[in-house]
Amino acid sequence: MLINHPLLGPRDAQEFIYLGDARLIDRPDWQAADAQEQFFEYTYLRDNPAGEHKELWFHEYGDRSWLVVTRNTVTHEITHVELASEAARARGRSK
Amino acid sequence: MKYSGFRVIREALTGHRGWGPAWRDPEPKDQYDIIVVGGGGHGLATAHYLSSVYRELSVVVLEKSWIGSGNVGRNTTLVRSNYMLAENTKFYGMSLKLWENLEQDLNYNAMVSQRGILALHHDDGGRDAQLRLANTMRMAGGDGEMLDVDQIRKLYPGLDFNNPLFPITGGFIHRRGGTARHDAVTWGYARAADRRGVDIIQNCEVTGFRIENGKCIGVETTRGFIGGKKTGVAVAGRSSQLMAKAGLRLPIESHVLQAFVTEGLKPLLPGVVTYGAGHFYISQSDKGGLVFGGDLDAYNSYAQRGNIAVLDSVLEGGLSLLPIMSRARLLRSWGGIMDMSMDGSPIIDKTHIDGLYFNGGWCYGGFKATPASGMCFAHLLSTDQPHENAAGFRLDRFRRGYVIDENGVGPTPNLH
Amino acid sequence: MTQKLRLDGGRLDRTKALNFTFDGQAFQGYEGDTLASALMANGVRLIGRSFKYHRPRGVFTSGSEEPNALVELRSDARQEPNTRATVAELFDGLDARSQNRGPSLRWDPLAINDLFSNFLTAGFYYKTFMWPKSFWEKLYEPAIRRAAGLGSLSMQDDPDEYDKGFLHCDLLVIGAGPAGLMAAQIAGRAGARVIVADEDFLMGGRLNAERQEVGGMAGHDWAASVVSELHSMDNVRVMPRTSIIGAYDHGTYGAVERVQDHIHTPVSGKPRQILWRIYSKRAVLCAGATERPIAFPNNDRPGISLAASLRAYANRWATAPASRVAVFTNNDDGHRTAADLMARGVDVAAVVDVRQKAAKLSDARLIAGAQVIGTKGRQGLKSIRVRHSDGRLETISCGALGVSGGWNPNVHMTCHQNGRPVWDEDIAAFVPGADLPPGMSVAGAAKGLFTTTDALRNGAEEASAILSDLGFASGGATELPQADDAAYEHEPIYHVTHGKGRAWLDLQNDVTVKDVKLAHQENFRSVEHLKRYTTLGMATDQGKTSNVGALAVMAELTGKSIPETGTTVFRPPYTPVTVGAFGGRSVGAHYRPIRKTPSHKWAEENGAPLVRAGNWLRARWFPKSGETHWRESVDREVMHVRSKVGICDVSTLGKIDVQGADAAAFLNKVYANGFAKLAVGKVRYGLMLREEGILYDDGTAARLGEDHFVITTTTANAALVLRNMEFARQCLWPDMDVQLISTTEAWAQFAVAGPKSRELLQRVVDEKFDITNETFPFMACGELSVCDGLRARLFRISFSGELAYEIAVPARYGAAMWRRMLELGKDLDVIPYGVEALDVMRIEKGHPTGRELDGTTTALNMGMERMVSRKKDSIGSVLDQREGMIRTDGLRLVGLKPVNTSETFTAGTNLVNDGAEIVINNDQGRVTSACFSPSLGHCIGLALLKNGDARMGEVVRVVSPAQNTDVKVEVTTTHFFDPDGGRLRA
Repeated sequence: MLINHPLLGPRDAQEFIYLGDARLIDRPDWQAADAQEQFFEYTYLRDNPAGEHKELWFHEYGDRSWLVVTRNTVTHEITHVELASEAARARGRSK
Repeated sequence: MKYSGFRVIREALTGHRGWGPAWRDPEPKDQYDIIVVGGGGHGLATAHYLSSVYRELSVVVLEKSWIGSGNVGRNTTLVRSNYMLAENTKFYGMSLKLWENLEQDLNYNAMVSQRGILALHHDDGGRDAQLRLANTMRMAGGDGEMLDVDQIRKLYPGLDFNNPLFPITGGFIHRRGGTARHDAVTWGYARAADRRGVDIIQNCEVTGFRIENGKCIGVETTRGFIGGKKTGVAVAGRSSQLMAKAGLRLPIESHVLQAFVTEGLKPLLPGVVTYGAGHFYISQSDKGGLVFGGDLDAYNSYAQRGNIAVLDSVLEGGLSLLPIMSRARLLRSWGGIMDMSMDGSPIIDKTHIDGLYFNGGWCYGGFKATPASGMCFAHLLSTDQPHENAAGFRLDRFRRGYVIDENGVGPTPNLH
Repeated sequence: MTQKLRLDGGRLDRTKALNFTFDGQAFQGYEGDTLASALMANGVRLIGRSFKYHRPRGVFTSGSEEPNALVELRSDARQEPNTRATVAELFDGLDARSQNRGPSLRWDPLAINDLFSNFLTAGFYYKTFMWPKSFWEKLYEPAIRRAAGLGSLSMQDDPDEYDKGFLHCDLLVIGAGPAGLMAAQIAGRAGARVIVADEDFLMGGRLNAERQEVGGMAGHDWAASVVSELHSMDNVRVMPRTSIIGAYDHGTYGAVERVQDHIHTPVSGKPRQILWRIYSKRAVLCAGATERPIAFPNNDRPGISLAASLRAYANRWATAPASRVAVFTNNDDGHRTAADLMARGVDVAAVVDVRQKAAKLSDARLIAGAQVIGTKGRQGLKSIRVRHSDGRLETISCGALGVSGGWNPNVHMTCHQNGRPVWDEDIAAFVPGADLPPGMSVAGAAKGLFTTTDALRNGAEEASAILSDLGFASGGATELPQADDAAYEHEPIYHVTHGKGRAWLDLQNDVTVKDVKLAHQENFRSVEHLKRYTTLGMATDQGKTSNVGALAVMAELTGKSIPETGTTVFRPPYTPVTVGAFGGRSVGAHYRPIRKTPSHKWAEENGAPLVRAGNWLRARWFPKSGETHWRESVDREVMHVRSKVGICDVSTLGKIDVQGADAAAFLNKVYANGFAKLAVGKVRYGLMLREEGILYDDGTAARLGEDHFVITTTTANAALVLRNMEFARQCLWPDMDVQLISTTEAWAQFAVAGPKSRELLQRVVDEKFDITNETFPFMACGELSVCDGLRARLFRISFSGELAYEIAVPARYGAAMWRRMLELGKDLDVIPYGVEALDVMRIEKGHPTGRELDGTTTALNMGMERMVSRKKDSIGSVLDQREGMIRTDGLRLVGLKPVNTSETFTAGTNLVNDGAEIVINNDQGRVTSACFSPSLGHCIGLALLKNGDARMGEVVRVVSPAQNTDVKVEVTTTHFFDPDGGRLRA
């Protein structure tokens, strides 16, 4: 597979380490009343779709960017790649 | 009709006219006591034990394609019970005992062959880990033996003992482990279940569950509604999609695992060997092909095919272990969908919906688990109680903090 | 010298006669021959034996689809089993042997299987061999295994080298027949980067096998002229002897180039084969088509081949299959074989055409509306039995029979990404479906266009469309060459229904029409069941000549159409690939990279045994002369460090530089314990958890400045920790002002440990820096200089439990620094110590390592639960409070010492209570680390024991059923040595 790195252009997927569902960006609030339940769902439960999947890849043998890759899990087609830091900010993460 | 050598001879002499279908293709009835969704190894084994051990008289297996078309038909056929956590040790120990009597139980030769599984180590850490495995297995009534280099050399002269990076410093052998003919397992269970009256419906896809007042009363299928007092789902590779129809999010990701076979060769490997340095395992089939595999492709996938990078890395490991295979030829590669759970261990449990039960998350280990999975799922479906040897495989273990993480890699499914 | 069946002409270089042997017998052929063509020219028809019945077999095809003519090529360490004689290029000195046979090819005792074939039907083994139970492994299976298999491996290491490479192109052309050459020519002329690959050593595909004209010249001359033009273009890479093996994601193709398989001994230093990964923007599959046979009784005899293959042997390789030949066909193409053979002077006895209205297309005798229903000649065809349309039977003597049942497009690679072919009723064959791998087009016969004219035109069309998509201006009008050929007329027939005896579908695996009928009778009716039950299509040819025929038989039996019956799944590789090619150079000593520490050279010079830690090599101990057992060296090193001073290379520890205004806040997130209040100039031990609350790494964080930390990780987890920290930085807290960089390779770091370590360091550290106990106490750190101005970092931390430091210098000075310390400390009696002594000393101090932090343990298990701060948000601090993880009766880290101190135990053992039976339900925990403690004079261990912290002083047993040992031990604190830590503060 080739991943079109937003900064570096197309790179072989072999240069990356795969983590999984991009929802891992949405880490819950540790002080929420049901924090343990929220963290359980965050850590363990997955939609695991057969189709479009937003997922995290780390350019370990490259520039060490975390990327959010939108990829079809049935065809492996990649339709979008963005820097995870930007995706995270867009989802409201800051400090 | 009972199979036997005598029968084979008689049929040969009478033009093979007596062989009937190995299983029927009945029309589905409107209502069953128990619906098993999934005509793979686990589903068919469940049906077999439901009918034979738990004396359930009204059981149907629904398969969306042809039986055995999923992972039971595309694996590396290993049968073993080498685990070190108590829950796994008990469960797979039971599985191995069922394997050992499978042919007589099913009256079908599934070619269970206890040729031994040798795991190699290359340093002290590897040795201690294997010793732990051997000790735990023995305490659970299993086998497990440490071998020195000379003993290994006698069994497998073709290994690279002097690899400058990973010299073989010893190993661990699980003599009761081995292989089985994977398709025959499917057919044997199907035939045995069918003979006890289980309806096996092929080309019948479950498209949803009919849930009324919090109770599952049957399934919608491509061949219409089929009612069932209890519905058990065993659909490796499709667990997340199907259970989503009942509102469940599972602690499962689906990944592709490739496996490989060479052209047929005269016998050179008596048993199964696993490399301690790279993830690589190999055995030789009765037809002579070297069958081997390694790591997952590591990304979520339902494509049932892998990429060339993993093929390369698996064979680099293979050649470092077994340089003599260099001039053999790779014949075929294939990929299966592994439902990787968050701790590497399976789930056999009720769901929050009355009458709906789930069996899945088998990771790499589904094939060897087939008999025990079937028995434990049958037990659960029939008695509503978890089988004592599968009591740890609960859905809520993640919420409650009782994970069964054999490899200690945490909720990163592609590392299990 | 005989070559009795050699004809004139052909694509052979007759000036180069090549000597070779088959089963020890000497023969001669020419350059341009394959082993199959050369054997045929020499009149050798019997080449191998089938898999199951050991039936005599000859050459069936002229290409890579060959099911029958498999040999062991070359000898000794270069022996290659299962080599298809039809693609093995002849070279001088080639030696080959028949395989899967008894003492000789002609006399094979296992051919007795054939007599019992009625008992050995499809799947018979599933129904028997079940009694008595133990006999399967002992008797039945070994017998089956010995009989099965094909060729054999030499059991020696492969003397040849392999390589891997990466190529990029705009257009990959797969196959260099008329369609492929046309596509490559157009794309090449347009300036696109083109790779054209063909599995054959002579490009041109069927043009080399026909007598046809293209562009006003012989077809093969036209092909040669295009290939020559392509060679002249810088933007075109022409790759003969290169098989494309698979269509992988995003336009990536696997390819194997057989660089040196056509010469006797590969040139040393050059690869025998290269595995290429080709990254293409687009690809056009021009893989042609494969002729299919018609099944009839005893259709497997040596001498029976595909008709177009016989034509190829005559035209390209100038050999007749026999002096008298017959043809059995259902289409016009079969007649061309007869015509071509006759044109070369071969006697054609008859053309048997199943079509009642077949036209006479050659001068040979035509028997229309007839079928071949039997053959004679066990080790080589002698005659065929023909059934005329009126039922009359005739025996025709002939030494060879060409069979043509029509053509199947080679759709294999169009299906590598789950595509399914579709049935084309006009040609009665599967053609590529719409769901091709992205970027792939198909042209020519691979698409079902069976005439040369169509192939040329379609190759041009597909290339032009691709070029236009890629934005290339059309490279001027390429005129389409004219080809003379005829339309393809045929009448489908897959097996004849008359005659007696078995009719083979899958030749190699011995699957007959009868087997398919039995599978049907037993309800193995889906294609995959059929295949798996009968082994159809699972031989080395993967059913290239058999699958469609078997499908057709099953379709007849079920009353369904062929497309309704289905297709089998095509999976890579397209043809079998040498395993060695996948290893390339990354095997043996080069399987994994090696990382060497700064002291590596010194350690080697001083005879230190090395051990791998990840990719690192580390010294285990440094033997002194006279020491014969490793324990002597390790015990000495421990005692020496505890009494004097030693140095140890710890450069392998991961080091991460953390800088930024939010550095402290960031570390507070990734460590379970607090770092916000750590003073500048101080070091703190830290625990890292995974989000689910499991401990996964520990290390130290040194605060060198308000905004600057240097943290260490374990050797094993260096990359993982950085990855996880980057995840936290980029994905969880993207607005924190913090930067991370790995400095593991940038700094050499050495532990300096022992009562005299400060004295040694004072000789190294530049004078202006005060490192006395008062100004540089335990857990102090600082940047300073050593050896007259070399910048360095000093950390007063201790893994050994002694007064100890770690000193870091830029990596390029590491080796010199190591030597300098040994030299400057000579009078202090400084020694180097290795990782074994390091390990013993940490066990004596009860420090956990990866053996304890094995990915299943928590801070509570380690007795470190108070380190996990509950007052801040850090990774893992929520889920480690789940009920199952805070059980009071859970595992706790304890120390163990034998009750009888002369007894020993090892790690990897289990714990049970005194008096308890050794069964899993009595398991109390496990020993994670154990060693002989020279400081205490007996064995000690660290263990995870149920409820261990409440069991101090209790006697339990360390048991090892696998070693048959059982040792009583006392539960102790983990701090075996200097429990109050006075020594490290000295």
